[in-house]
Amino acid sequence: MWRDNLRGIFYIALKDMKTYYFKAPAISWGIVFPITWILAFYLRNPGDFKELVPGLIAMTILFSTTAAEAVVINFELRVGTLERLLLAPISIPAVLLGKVLGGTIFGFAMTTIVTSGSTIVLGLRPNFLYLILIILPSLFVFASLGALLCVTVKEVFDAQTLLNLPRFLMIFLSGVIYPVSKMPSVLQYFAYILPLTYTVDGLRKSFLTSPDRIVFLYTLILIFFLFLFIFPAIKLLSKKFE
Amino acid sequence: MKSDTIVIKVENLTKRYGDILAVDHISFEVKEGEVFGFLGPNGAGKTSTIRMLTGLSKSTEGDASILGMSVKTKIAEIKKRIGVVPDISNLYDELSAMDNLIFMAQLYGVPRGERRKRAEELLKIFRLYERKDSPFRTFSRGMKRALTIAAALIHNPEILFLDEPTSGLDVVAAKSLRNLISNLRQQGITIFLTTHYLEEADLLCDRVAILVKGKILTIDTPLNLKTKTDKKTLEDAFIEITGLEPEVLAIEKGK
Repeated sequence: MWRDNLRGIFYIALKDMKTYYFKAPAISWGIVFPITWILAFYLRNPGDFKELVPGLIAMTILFSTTAAEAVVINFELRVGTLERLLLAPISIPAVLLGKVLGGTIFGFAMTTIVTSGSTIVLGLRPNFLYLILIILPSLFVFASLGALLCVTVKEVFDAQTLLNLPRFLMIFLSGVIYPVSKMPSVLQYFAYILPLTYTVDGLRKSFLTSPDRIVFLYTLILIFFLFLFIFPAIKLLSKKFE
Repeated sequence: MKSDTIVIKVENLTKRYGDILAVDHISFEVKEGEVFGFLGPNGAGKTSTIRMLTGLSKSTEGDASILGMSVKTKIAEIKKRIGVVPDISNLYDELSAMDNLIFMAQLYGVPRGERRKRAEELLKIFRLYERKDSPFRTFSRGMKRALTIAAALIHNPEILFLDEPTSGLDVVAAKSLRNLISNLRQQGITIFLTTHYLEEADLLCDRVAILVKGKILTIDTPLNLKTKTDKKTLEDAFIEITGLEPEVLAIEKGK
């Protein structure tokens, strides 16, 4: 059974890449949108662009993983293709994990472009181990968040609307543009219950000349967020088929 | 092709949606190689029964075994040996006919070397080979239905569940699909068919169960049902058995 599920996860992710990702809307949300935002902030307050690179990578992770993730499950529920998947010898958790993996792989491709592009152009020398330790779990976390919010609502467009709330909240409160340490203390407490805060801070520490070992703790925190999002998402999707 | 081996055994199967009793303690058996029709008006519980038998929903009470395995405990094993054609043609619009079939072959674990060959074989059988590279969305209703059946056969299932296979098709497409179903029957595949087209059931089915408001009223061969009720058509026999007004049936056929 586990072999059937693993096969299912892999091929669902592959199929999603073909049908939903690497298409204009997903690429636009996943890469063009974060770059435009960061450039807008830079032009308003020109300084050292290097400072904005961790925020740019974090936004790319957030937007690329959730670009299609937030709609594909509901869309497939509506047109009946999700039911078609469940007629195959694959479990509901495997179907959901396949969807999350699709978003994660697309996010990984977009993030790799942005990260390598910005490091090469700006001559940055990050700690690659730390970068991977932050980027990989973050991709899974935000793809799972997209899946969770998608199965929470019934309509395709409700999911996008609902997802915009945590997306924009995190952009402003997780240190993407404005450092968390300079925020009022109440907002700082709030920032640390948001997963993107650990992504941004972890990325910042990956770009420091003497990297901070707290990155390992951030990886564990991000894995905790992954479980926090993925299990309710599986439960909610299962409920739709009772 | 029929044998006495029981391949589907349903005992007291029940489905409730809140206060609504969709399927009410039904029991029946289907033999290997048989075409078994599940007839009833809309809302009779046909689709709810298929959903329980194919693992898409859980029964509230009772159990069913398929190929000797309980749907409650061995559904993953069962799914490998059955094919299901839902009441809607639910393949991927963006993928071509060939890619849809290959994707299904991947999900069912058809060996890599056999996937394309099997897909090509099915596309030829269902007369869709010329359109193998066309996206599913460009297909007519009849072609979509045919490809959905082909997708359900990609892993060579022993039992095929067909939920309203000709619903919404024009006369020509429906006739062509019935011929395909007849061919499958000749190949020895057990077919569990739900329909509210009674002439279709009369043509294709070895035995039929008549279901109304979640309960099975009778199970017999179409010929026996006509003889018992002294009617010339299965439709008249159905009206006699169920007590439904002919107008109700006409409205439902138009849906």
